Amino acid sequence: MKVAVCVKQISDPSEAQTIDPTSMCLNRGAKAILDDSDAYGVEIALRLAEVAGGAEVVLISMAPNQEVQGVRTGLAMGATSAVVVSDPQLAGADALTTAKVLASVVKRIDADLVIAATESTDGYTGTVPAQVAALLGWPALTFAKQIELRGSTLSIQRQTEDGYDVVEADLPGVVSVTAGVVEPRYPSFKGIMSAKSKPVEQLSLGDLGLSVAIDEKVLAVNDAEARTAGQIVEDDGSAEAEIMNYLAQIKVL
Amino acid sequence: MITNCVILAEPQGTGIAPVALELATLARGISEQVTAVVFDVDAQAAAETLAVYGVTSVVSLGDTSSHLPGVPVADAMREVVDRVGANAVFVAQSYTGRDVLARLSVLLDAPVLTNAVNVREDDGGLVVENLVFGGEKVVSSKITAPIQLIAIRPKSVAAEAAPSATQPSVTEQSVSANSQANRAVIVSSHVEERQGPKLDEAEVVVSGGRGLGNADNYRYIEELANLLHGATGASRAIVDAGWVPYAYQVGQTGKTVKPNLYLAVGISGATQHMVGMKGAKNIIAINKDKDAPILQIADLGVVGDAQKLLPRLIEAIRQKTGA
Ligand SMILES: Cc1cc2nc3c(=O)[nH]c(=O)nc-3n(C[C@H](O)[C@H](O)[C@H](O)COP(=O)(O)OP(=O)(O)OC[C@H]3O[C@@H](n4cnc5c(N)ncnc54)[C@H](O)[C@@H]3O)c2cc1C
Ligand SMILES: Cc1cc2nc3c(=O)[nH]c(=O)nc-3n(C[C@H](O)[C@H](O)[C@H](O)COP(=O)(O)OP(=O)(O)OC[C@H]3O[C@@H](n4cnc5c(N)ncnc54)[C@H](O)[C@@H]3O)c2cc1C
Repeated sequence: MKVAVCVKQISDPSEAQTIDPTSMCLNRGAKAILDDSDAYGVEIALRLAEVAGGAEVVLISMAPNQEVQGVRTGLAMGATSAVVVSDPQLAGADALTTAKVLASVVKRIDADLVIAATESTDGYTGTVPAQVAALLGWPALTFAKQIELRGSTLSIQRQTEDGYDVVEADLPGVVSVTAGVVEPRYPSFKGIMSAKSKPVEQLSLGDLGLSVAIDEKVLAVNDAEARTAGQIVEDDGSAEAEIMNYLAQIKVL
Repeated sequence: MITNCVILAEPQGTGIAPVALELATLARGISEQVTAVVFDVDAQAAAETLAVYGVTSVVSLGDTSSHLPGVPVADAMREVVDRVGANAVFVAQSYTGRDVLARLSVLLDAPVLTNAVNVREDDGGLVVENLVFGGEKVVSSKITAPIQLIAIRPKSVAAEAAPSATQPSVTEQSVSANSQANRAVIVSSHVEERQGPKLDEAEVVVSGGRGLGNADNYRYIEELANLLHGATGASRAIVDAGWVPYAYQVGQTGKTVKPNLYLAVGISGATQHMVGMKGAKNIIAINKDKDAPILQIADLGVVGDAQKLLPRLIEAIRQKTGA
């Protein structure tokens, strides 16, 4: 079995984010990291591979400038290899374009199972996994908070508005996993060392036989209506009185 | 010019979800014809509700509940889009909405605009507004493709009845369930029961975060919510930690709430949390750290230790209400 894990490499979200006024795209920080959301996908894939007895786990990522910093983290966790697609034409790519690139890599490496996160931290359209599935003609088992593979049958607990559904499908398929589904392992020192020599294939759009047209245009970025801080009090042992006053004022009490 | 808009009126419980009425309100503002697609509900009853919000026709897909909606509903919507010549499709930014829109975008080879908080007409096209950076900035964008596929965050616009109700036609359309991709079968459904008002409908929401210290202390949140006749909410940190079920989560990937009062206890105010509660009329925050971002948007911020303050607050409310 071959598992492809979609991993997005993003700017560190703990650093201040800004938008470039000319391209209207997010400015990228100097350092790219593995999207935290995708660490869960990598962990799940590694566990499924262990259960399946030695499946290959291939990380696939679309990123500017042959970026590999985030991919290395996934390799250090234990993934087998990685494929990175970079192309100047992909600057500002929308979710469907991204899905086309990822789906074509899945076909190229002939994976049976694709794992992605339910949404990325920076763009969070939350549509890429189901778009990849649609492009491949596979089912998408989305919002999985638990996943199991019995033979060639996938079984997930799918988050719903008020509980969960058990959903099943035979491979091949795409699964999107929510955060919190498992605790991602920390790369060990040995893992970090061996990641440096694991194979990373670099591809361009031409290598995949794809061309893209981007139909989405950001027109403007403006300040939203701001909410300002109101009154701030220190609890000196009687702040409940302030809260009671406020509750009375807004007629909640 | 948008002349024909198709909206997905997804089911919730035995009827259609409230967000469907928000979509209808937006759609009729920009488009003369509004077709609503419904499934897994009584189509006549749904049509009566949708008529109040100006929907001009309803297409019912019948019962699709044995499969995940993504494939069958998107396939059917594609037929509807072709038949009515739609140039815009609105869905909710929900589990169902996302899955359907994603597949529809592949079927129509058209991009999606997601997390929209408003859609307006401009120069013959649609301009879609998004909030980014926890709601600090509004991004306005446009799709140049011939069809606009848009996912709208629930509670972004108020549902308003049309000046006069319509009399929508109701047609049945069967879904083809034999596609290769339509293999995701729902084996069983589990509902996590909860008491009190619904999180996204309550007038008062009391939410707890990691600052509560441990799962056991969440009982203070429950008690406060109970005393204030409100619903209980949570940050993702404590949902991930398994203190409370996912259905409690407020924020980007949880529920959007717009109560009269949002009381945040031990929640830092990460951007992904704020987008789900910034629309509250009144915000009270209790946090140990005077620099916590949540205090910058609170109407009343209390800097203090929740574990010490909550028992006193609960006692004070009890005394006042005699509960
Ligand atoms: C603020 C903001 C708003 C945006 N809004 C839109 C919009 O409305 N419509 C639109 O089409 N685009 C939008 N984009 C662009 C979009 O985020 C990027 O095109 C991105 O490449 C794919 O979408 P996503 O990250 O939102 O995917 P999501 O669907 O949120 O991602 C889900 C999962 O798919 C996988 N994945 C996604 N991208 C990659 C990748 N590059 N490499 C490997 N795996 C990946 C990851 O596992 C990820 O967790 C927006 C970007 C920003 C910064
Ligand atoms: C793609 C993505 C989607 C996300 N979606 C969501 C979402 O939908 N909802 C959401 O909530 N988060 C979401 N998050 C997570 C979010 O980024 C934060 O990690 C999360 O909201 C933090 O939860 P918290 O405030 O409880 O914890 P923390 O950030 O750890 O904050 C705890 C707070 O408690 C305070 N505190 C500590 N002790 C005490 C005490 N004794 N008394 C009072 N205060 C105390 C601290 O000062 C601190 O401010 C998402 C993240 C990503 C990447």
